[in-house]
Amino acid sequence: MKNLSIAMKMLRRNAQAGEAKVLAAALFVAVASVTTVGFFADRVRGALDRQANELLGGDLVVIADHPVPRPFVERAGSDGLDVAATTTFPSMVSGQAGVSLSEIKAVSRSFPLRGRIRVADAPAAPDREAEGSPRPGTVWVGVPLVSRIGAAVGESIRVGNATLTVGAIITREPDSVLDFFGIAPRVLMNEADLAATGLVQVGSRVTYRLLVAGDARAVARYDARVRPRLERGERIEGVRDARSEVRVSLERAQRFLGLASLLSVVLASVAVALAARRFSIRQTDSAAMMRCLGAAQADIFAINAWQFLALAAAGCAAGTLAGFGAQAMLAHWLSAFFTVALPAPGWRPAVQGAVIGMVLVLGFTIPPLLRLRNVPTLRVLRSDIAVAEPSSLVAYALGLGALSALIVWQAGDAKLGGIALGGFAIALGVAAVAGYGLIRALSRLRAGASGPWRYGLANLRRRTGSSLVQVMALGVGIMAMLLLTLVRTDLIVKWQKSMPADMPNRFAINVQTDQLPLVKDYFAGLGLATPDLYPMVRGRLVAIGERAVSPADFEDQRARRLVEREFNLSWAQELRPDNRIVAGAWWKPGASEAQLSVEEGIAKTLSIGVGDTLTWDVGGTRFGAKVTSLRKVEWDSFKANFFVIASPGVLESHPASWITSFHLPAGREEVVNRLVERFPNVSVIDLTAIMGQVKRISDQVSRAVEFVFLFAIAAGLVVLFAAITSTQDERVFEGAVMRTLGASRRQIVLTQLSEFLAIGLLAGLVAAAGAVGLAMVLSERVLGVPYEFDWVVPVAGLLAGGAGVAIAGLLGTRKVVDSPPLAAIRAVT
Amino acid sequence: MNAIIEEERRLAAAAAAGQPVIVRAEGLTKQVSTPDHDLVIVRQASFQVAAGESVAIVGASGSGKSTLLGLLAGLDVPSAGRVWIDGEDLFAKDEDGRARLRGRLVGFVFQSFQLLPALTAVENVMLPLELAGARDAAARAARVLGQVGLGERLGHYPRQLSGGEQQRVAVARAFATEPKLLFADEPTGNLDSATGAQMIELLFSMNREHGTTLVLVTHDEALADRCDRRIAIAGGVVSA
Repeated sequence: MKNLSIAMKMLRRNAQAGEAKVLAAALFVAVASVTTVGFFADRVRGALDRQANELLGGDLVVIADHPVPRPFVERAGSDGLDVAATTTFPSMVSGQAGVSLSEIKAVSRSFPLRGRIRVADAPAAPDREAEGSPRPGTVWVGVPLVSRIGAAVGESIRVGNATLTVGAIITREPDSVLDFFGIAPRVLMNEADLAATGLVQVGSRVTYRLLVAGDARAVARYDARVRPRLERGERIEGVRDARSEVRVSLERAQRFLGLASLLSVVLASVAVALAARRFSIRQTDSAAMMRCLGAAQADIFAINAWQFLALAAAGCAAGTLAGFGAQAMLAHWLSAFFTVALPAPGWRPAVQGAVIGMVLVLGFTIPPLLRLRNVPTLRVLRSDIAVAEPSSLVAYALGLGALSALIVWQAGDAKLGGIALGGFAIALGVAAVAGYGLIRALSRLRAGASGPWRYGLANLRRRTGSSLVQVMALGVGIMAMLLLTLVRTDLIVKWQKSMPADMPNRFAINVQTDQLPLVKDYFAGLGLATPDLYPMVRGRLVAIGERAVSPADFEDQRARRLVEREFNLSWAQELRPDNRIVAGAWWKPGASEAQLSVEEGIAKTLSIGVGDTLTWDVGGTRFGAKVTSLRKVEWDSFKANFFVIASPGVLESHPASWITSFHLPAGREEVVNRLVERFPNVSVIDLTAIMGQVKRISDQVSRAVEFVFLFAIAAGLVVLFAAITSTQDERVFEGAVMRTLGASRRQIVLTQLSEFLAIGLLAGLVAAAGAVGLAMVLSERVLGVPYEFDWVVPVAGLLAGGAGVAIAGLLGTRKVVDSPPLAAIRAVT
Repeated sequence: MNAIIEEERRLAAAAAAGQPVIVRAEGLTKQVSTPDHDLVIVRQASFQVAAGESVAIVGASGSGKSTLLGLLAGLDVPSAGRVWIDGEDLFAKDEDGRARLRGRLVGFVFQSFQLLPALTAVENVMLPLELAGARDAAARAARVLGQVGLGERLGHYPRQLSGGEQQRVAVARAFATEPKLLFADEPTGNLDSATGAQMIELLFSMNREHGTTLVLVTHDEALADRCDRRIAIAGGVVSA
């Protein structure tokens, strides 16, 4: 307690010193960054948890790609559970103003069992909780359909062969939290009208759900009985294991944001270490004096540790408050994804922020504090006696270890954590090597530079370590921003430009075999190119060679999902130009053997090789065929492509639907409207709308990530100030000596400016080189677009770095210019 | 030895008598406020120094010697009074004006050398030349360093030099611009007696060669004795 009170007294005096401010600022930025994401994630989690059973629409759901077997329904009834059934599939709907793809959901009278649907009479009108679900003969529609097809309340719309009246506009549905694809808005109808639409046919992609709800024990009993009897294409989802794809993808997004927020923590740790070291150096003499006056080593440690803890507490508290405020911005930008209101965040992120703050303080201030503990008492007599410096790498191992653990914890699993850790290490390492080389190269130039510039560059070299830390921290921060702003938009624009003008922009699916000649005639009659139609048969992979296939066999999530679902199989005589054989050979015309060609990516995921025999189940019939080739597919040709293609004669006997893609010139929407009128079972997917949607999502997500990376820039600036603070005395001294030797204010400012400008330009250069390098890899490897160098990126990086650091640096060193020379020299010596 | 010094002093005094005044202080006062009371460090100092003269400012610790020197060089601002350097009113100028005047007319040697650690010996000496816009700074700096016996150490950094060598670099820096006036604050204070003696020789030989006026603060009796004249300060009061 005695130590605490001394510590508080000393802190009041030390609080004005630069390093105390830097320490608090570093913790503020780190904690604000982490808690912003933390609070936001907590709100999303809260929404998901609170509505877990609303998400399902019941307490337990049986999901199947065929009608749910009767025994499951009867069992629920005999267990005393409430049941509801839904049938969902995509289809075109048309109204007086146009046609649109929509997601049809036909529901039984009792739907929903949990949660309520909210409806309104018009898109902007106040909404209310609906009673039950639509009556027969009526539909409730999603907001976008009102303007898109003229589906206002009271109007009629056509769903397949049925004409139904719009009864209400849906503003919120219980079993959808995310609204990723507003392009396929909801049409909710009564299951009694389903047969009249004629839409559920062979080959249609229909999902059947049986919802059950009731007493928890009865639900558990039902679960226990039904689960072991599930067949292929059937699965069960409960509230507890409702780790739906929505949840998984949201968690992944949050992890990513969380990792992005840790970049600022990593940078802040540098500032904390710099500030703590400086603090320790400044306290050296008073520590020696206190030792002389009888303070034990433990007292010295405690007095200084208390000061750090108090500063840390202040920084963490302010950071948490700022994070609480800033999460509202994230929620605002990302709100378009959520159809539900996000609840207020809980207190857990604040604890997380405090933990991170303490990790930073303990990890990076203990080594310099331990140094103070060992100050020799003799220093009061001879100030040139050195204090034993702990080996910095060993001393900071604690902090680095804690930081690594933090990253792995945030990433959620060791592999992703390792990748993130490696990513941070590589980014910082490359920046360090590049920065070091550049500082050395630049300081060579000083002989050729004149006056103040020479002295600025000389200082850059003398403070190589400190200059390097600044170049690294700022370079990484600026690079993150360059990538997210300039490079991202640039790449998207180039990618879109690289697509041919007549690239397909519409997919038509679900064309029946008997409609083939009619559909071709329809296009020919309008003077449009006859699109290529490809057959599609849905089949399940049963075995690879002798080995039966089950989702549980695969570690990989994607492989599991692929095996769980049905594949779209196709057949073809010729190899298409956008496909290329990478292993084996395409079949010869007239070959009688049943052969398959598999896309290379999926072959790798499922470990399928040339020569394997794959066994398929199509509508209850099994057949085997040998893989004779692997193909590479150009997916971005936007044509219908298939993972698995069979040789002629293998699939023709099975029921098939046909798919095509075509280019619809702008302003000819009537082509689609009349196609759907004539063939109500055909669904047309508008790719332009999907691409627009994807762009909208990517814009929103990257704005959120940009926002998080702003904290990284702030942390970089704190590192800059930490470095300035740690060299403040030197700078004041140099300024005073130069003043004595006749330097004008302008010359002193120029000397400082040249050093900061050099640091800023180097940081900008490191950032620009990193951003250009990554853009090149992304462009050529991921998007397949030849990379074109764009001057804007390096220029923006250099400007941001140079101007930013120069301004911040000059602000941080005003004291150098403003101090009278004698006072400054005396203060230092 | 004494005879030679006496002779030197007599000659210098005779020369100074006919020389113009290079430093003139009038009513120079420095006062600082502490929470309890105002403390007068220098009180109403008035004196003159002629060009080419060497003057020692002597006094006990805390008597205000260094403060007085700082005021004369314009490194600090007085509470009252005026200083003329070569006829120019020092405190009628702003900080930049004073710096320019120093660059033109004044050299300064500190007790603890005050070399810039980031710069090599020759770069330290070049600094005032470059600040004054001299074109042949490097050559002139090398020449002056040669004069102080450091011609072989041009590229060394201060930390690679001994205390005496560092002080010689500081003297070379002070003389590089060929100032009319050199201020030195305890130039031998941080040196052992042998090195200190060499330093004194160096200062006075530079004084002779360049005709530079020397104004130095010192505790060192040997050094004070070498000067033409003493200005004593006690309790802030100057007796010239």
